[in-house]
Amino acid sequence: MSNVVTITGVKKLYKMGSEIVAALNGVDLKIDSGEFVALMGPSGSGKSTLMNILGCLDRPTEGSYKLLDKEVSRLSDDELAGIRNKTIGFCYQNFNLLSKLTSLENVELPAIYAGFNKTERRKMAMAALEKVSLADRAEHLPSELSGGQRQRVAIARAIAMKPAIILADEPTGNLDTKSTVEILQIFRDLHAGGSTIILVTHEPDVAQSADRQILVKDGKITKDIITASTDERIDII
Amino acid sequence: MLFTELLKMAGLSLVANKLRTILTMLGIIIGVSAVIALVSVGMGVRKNVTDSISRLGSNLLMVMSGSSNRGGVRGGAGSVQTLTYDDAKAIKSKIKDVAYVSPTAQGSYQVVYGHENWSTTVTGVIPEYAAIQSLTMQSGIFFSEHDVDVRSRVAVIGTTVATNLFGSVNPVGKKIRVGNAPYTVIGLIASKGQSSVGQDQDDVVLIPLTTAQERLMGITYVRSINVQVADADKMDEVQANIEKLLRQRHRIRAGADDDFNVRNLTSLMETMNETTTMITLLLGSIAGISLIVGGIGIMNIMMVSVTERTREIGIRKAIGATYNSIMMQFLIESTMISILGGIIGIFLGIGLAQAISKFGNFTTVISGESIIASFGFSLFVGVFFGMLPARKAAKLDPIDALRYE
Ligand SMILES: Nc1ncnc2c1ncn2[C@@H]1O[C@H](COP(=O)(O)OP(=O)(O)O)[C@@H](O)[C@H]1O
Ligand SMILES: [Mg+2]
Repeated sequence: MSNVVTITGVKKLYKMGSEIVAALNGVDLKIDSGEFVALMGPSGSGKSTLMNILGCLDRPTEGSYKLLDKEVSRLSDDELAGIRNKTIGFCYQNFNLLSKLTSLENVELPAIYAGFNKTERRKMAMAALEKVSLADRAEHLPSELSGGQRQRVAIARAIAMKPAIILADEPTGNLDTKSTVEILQIFRDLHAGGSTIILVTHEPDVAQSADRQILVKDGKITKDIITASTDERIDII
Repeated sequence: MLFTELLKMAGLSLVANKLRTILTMLGIIIGVSAVIALVSVGMGVRKNVTDSISRLGSNLLMVMSGSSNRGGVRGGAGSVQTLTYDDAKAIKSKIKDVAYVSPTAQGSYQVVYGHENWSTTVTGVIPEYAAIQSLTMQSGIFFSEHDVDVRSRVAVIGTTVATNLFGSVNPVGKKIRVGNAPYTVIGLIASKGQSSVGQDQDDVVLIPLTTAQERLMGITYVRSINVQVADADKMDEVQANIEKLLRQRHRIRAGADDDFNVRNLTSLMETMNETTTMITLLLGSIAGISLIVGGIGIMNIMMVSVTERTREIGIRKAIGATYNSIMMQFLIESTMISILGGIIGIFLGIGLAQAISKFGNFTTVISGESIIASFGFSLFVGVFFGMLPARKAAKLDPIDALRYE
């Protein structure tokens, strides 16, 4: 399998007054195509920072990030926007849907910025909504949907452009147990379909859905285990 | 493709926030309508002035008694009565390129017919007056040179006088009394209607100049001599010749001031046109300032709107919106506001101008230039003042924007 993500020696430093805080302090990480990875770690350990760099929302202060064999750590804002548009799908804890747009319109958005015409967009968006079993809610506004349904719309938006990786930052953090199970099942299904998924969570049960668990602590990867074939798991204290 | 989508996005956002959109537009609406209405007032003043001068006739020189006011404080024009009918005759006979010469004497009199009476202006003229003023007769005739020579007691009256004295009866052949002497009405002038300054041009009684001077007013001078020059290019030459001739006739020594003055109505009109154009421009620019204020209003509201929609911007950027597409989205919003406000302002401005002319009894002239200029300026204002908020939106860091609550 080919590497989708290759991160070497990545640091993210923030200046806080006279002090320098290292949100990431030398991270090396390789993720293959089709992997389902859970990123774990205590609060403030650097998970979101790593996700932002993986998602091309941010650039590392030091180190290299190769996405699909292309160095992206030094690209311009607009080049990164283009990569986010075509190569990356995001899901957030708070869904981040546009409240005035229907499910379908929300899912269409990435394709609008990619310049697809209306018919193409509709087709792509409907296909994505069908994958999350929400085709019947296409014309609903987010406010008319349950939390689980909103997250499914967000997932549909993330997969609409058939991205190389799907990044989910605490996607079940705001959901009840039943919805959590549903959402995790969707990720399993996507994974079975060949998608590369990186999911941030601090809940071991959620991380269990993934095949590989990575522990981040103080801006470094301290543990990286394949859990698909073992009973091993990472518990965060 | 993306552009039409951005247009749609901007439009939807304006529709979704109707009240805010309208309030933001208000400044532009007021600005554009103020420009159009005020400029129409200025242009109306200009038209009044132009009309009332050109109504006197084209290529006209006006000779008045009294010195012109160059050289310090003098009596106003007409305060020294030195012009005579003979001066007028001399101008006509001795100066080249003169088409018509029309001396006049004027006074206010009570005109009586039977039990009816009417106060009006009685003007003593010679037949050339009718030519310069292009008077046409509704019935009867204008008096002749002979009437002037023999000081006939005949009168030609306007329709206002006729209506007030005679009702619907044809006045021709009737006798009216002016200053206790009877005059035979020999002609009724076809109506000229109101002048642009609201003066009734039909409220006139015309009698032969000599009759007016000697039999009615008891004077030897004339109030003014209007000279129509045959050729527009000869105005200055004729003016100089008239001045020379009158100085000779009035025996004014070299170096002494004239006891008359000659005004060139064409150049007067040009000066007035310049002045009124200045006034119009001034009015327009004052109103234009309100457009700038309107633009600042757009900027303020758009700034607030960008802050409010920080999260939306973050989401759009996360899923691939570039700097330009965010910039365009907001710029289109502010431009749409100014275009829409501009269009509403145009209609409101035209309405205002019409209301002013209707209820204010004031001539207004709606000019296409003011509509185009104010609309163009409002468009510019929308783009210009939309720039800052749009850039603020486009520059937002997606991570910060997504974290914004
Ligand atoms: N923009 C920033 N400026 C300064 N410090 C930051 C910034 N973003 C994150 N950090 C710091 O980096 C560390 C890691 O943050 P984060 O990646 O959000 O952690 P997690 O998502 O694992 O809770 C924290 O100590 C946080 O305070
Ligand atoms: Mg976090």
